[in-house]
Amino acid sequence: MTVSVDIEQRLGAFGLEADFTSSGRLTALFGPSGSGKSSLISLIAGLTRPGRGRIEVDGRVLVDTEAGVFVPKHKRRIGMVFQEALLFPHMSVAHNLRYGRWFTPPAERYARMEAVVGLLGIGGLLDRRPGKLSGGEKQRVAIGRALLASPRLLLMDEPLASLDDARKAEILPYIERLRDETKIPIVYVSHSVAEVARLASDVVMLSDGKVVAAGPTAEIMQRLDLLPADEKGEGGAVLETAVVRHDEAFGMTVLGSKAGEIRVPRVAMAVGAPVRLRVRARDVMVATVEPTGLSALNVLPGTVAAIDPGEGAAVVVRIDCNGVAVMARITRQSRQALELAVGRPVFAVVKTVSFDPATTAAGPRGEIDG
Amino acid sequence: MNWLTDLTPDEWNAVRLSIKVATVAMLASLPPGIAIAFLLARGRFWGKTVLNGVVHLPLVLPPVVTGYLLLISFGRRAPLGSFLESTLGIVFSFRWTGAALACAIMGFPLMVRAIRLSIESVDRKLEAAAGTLGAHPLWVFLTVTLPLIVPGMIAGAILSFAKAMGEFGATITFVSNIPGETQTLPSAIYTFTQVPGGDEGALRLTLISIIISMGALVVSEALARRAGRRLDIE
Repeated sequence: MTVSVDIEQRLGAFGLEADFTSSGRLTALFGPSGSGKSSLISLIAGLTRPGRGRIEVDGRVLVDTEAGVFVPKHKRRIGMVFQEALLFPHMSVAHNLRYGRWFTPPAERYARMEAVVGLLGIGGLLDRRPGKLSGGEKQRVAIGRALLASPRLLLMDEPLASLDDARKAEILPYIERLRDETKIPIVYVSHSVAEVARLASDVVMLSDGKVVAAGPTAEIMQRLDLLPADEKGEGGAVLETAVVRHDEAFGMTVLGSKAGEIRVPRVAMAVGAPVRLRVRARDVMVATVEPTGLSALNVLPGTVAAIDPGEGAAVVVRIDCNGVAVMARITRQSRQALELAVGRPVFAVVKTVSFDPATTAAGPRGEIDG
Repeated sequence: MNWLTDLTPDEWNAVRLSIKVATVAMLASLPPGIAIAFLLARGRFWGKTVLNGVVHLPLVLPPVVTGYLLLISFGRRAPLGSFLESTLGIVFSFRWTGAALACAIMGFPLMVRAIRLSIESVDRKLEAAAGTLGAHPLWVFLTVTLPLIVPGMIAGAILSFAKAMGEFGATITFVSNIPGETQTLPSAIYTFTQVPGGDEGALRLTLISIIISMGALVVSEALARRAGRRLDIE
């Protein structure tokens, strides 16, 4: 399954010029607001037409301006989950869910009602009216409605942006299940590093209507220089780890990764389960000798792979810990005092309590580095 | 309270005729009303301003002018009138059908305005969502847009009905005041006020007018509330 897009579109003063190909399970279109993410997803869904270009999904050409091809949205079989759920207010939840199914040719219906309802935990809502649902419930129903049309590709346009943190935390596990338990590829629009690092297998980073980087999540998340200003603090390394054991006495979980064992606050996952860990660069300290008499529990040996100039007082040190990059955001003064240079052996130090539910999430299955 | 039973056959005819004319006018203008409202709300075409003006003309013209225009275009010897008579067998002049046509045209701008407003308040992203679920634009209209504008359609239909119940100027100019054929309630009341001793009859018909109009309002309120509840808009 591959999505390939090469389009140009002008909307007043704003120009969108995007060219990328992704075959990831969940591709995030990531960038600050106004960078063209939503315009791009509207083009893939067929809600708008590009001025020039070509869009191909799974070998099927949906748009080709040169050949005069434009498949209308109702024939694309591309599901879309909007930021504002957009459930039909005059239908019950059950009718909303069945709406798309009705328009899908019987031979192509792969989504089963019971399976989708179970996956999203919406069995108790079927007789309700959309007006009586909470924001999180609405969004789960909207996801179910899109799935039941048996789409070839699922587009999600900032589905969590209008929800508060508690509702976000309620929905994220369902999107993870969607990514891991269904075969349907997802393109997910977001401006949040936390969501992208947690969910995405691949990232296409946009800025001012242009693609500035594209590739696997762990790689793109290291490009702190590309992150939107208000999200820089969230950037860092993304590690695929697995639960080694739980330390019940101290309420901790030990995760195994290529970089070494990492202790995090207890997570509710079974031993062996994959965990995707985001190590924020601002949470990482650098030591040139193995520290003793220190409260921080995670000390990962490595060597300095690169030092990126940050803005203001900071620099970003990239530490290669047994093949895994860990990023540390430290002051220029510290860098000078420690005489950090590429190739120097160092230790990356991370406090266990700096990890929280926003940085420890169920990882995609079958993609563990450790 | 035996004044109701004292109604003369002519008065009864006026009541029955008014209800028939208003109902037919309302039902017949509903489909074109929806179509024109849709064009005005969504369409982008040359001459939209002109269409909007033409639809609203009956609202601003003196009703007598509208009636006279109908007379010179739908009269039996007028081009449009004779064409309709020879092809479809429909005669408007000096018939109750003509009264219904006059009432429909007079109420049309009110109906179109109400429906147009409700179409404009439909979130177009709901229609886009239906499209991504595989619904052809026609199905989107039937399953999403149309149900969402039901309250506006009810409001428009009731306005049209109420206007038809009270229409006088255009009707009397176009189809005159023939008892049993074109004499609606307002025409009958007018006739009573023109003859000595007609006050009692005028008052009876006035009361009946009030009852029918109030009834229509109550029914429309109830229908709109039911439709609104079904929509469940927070």
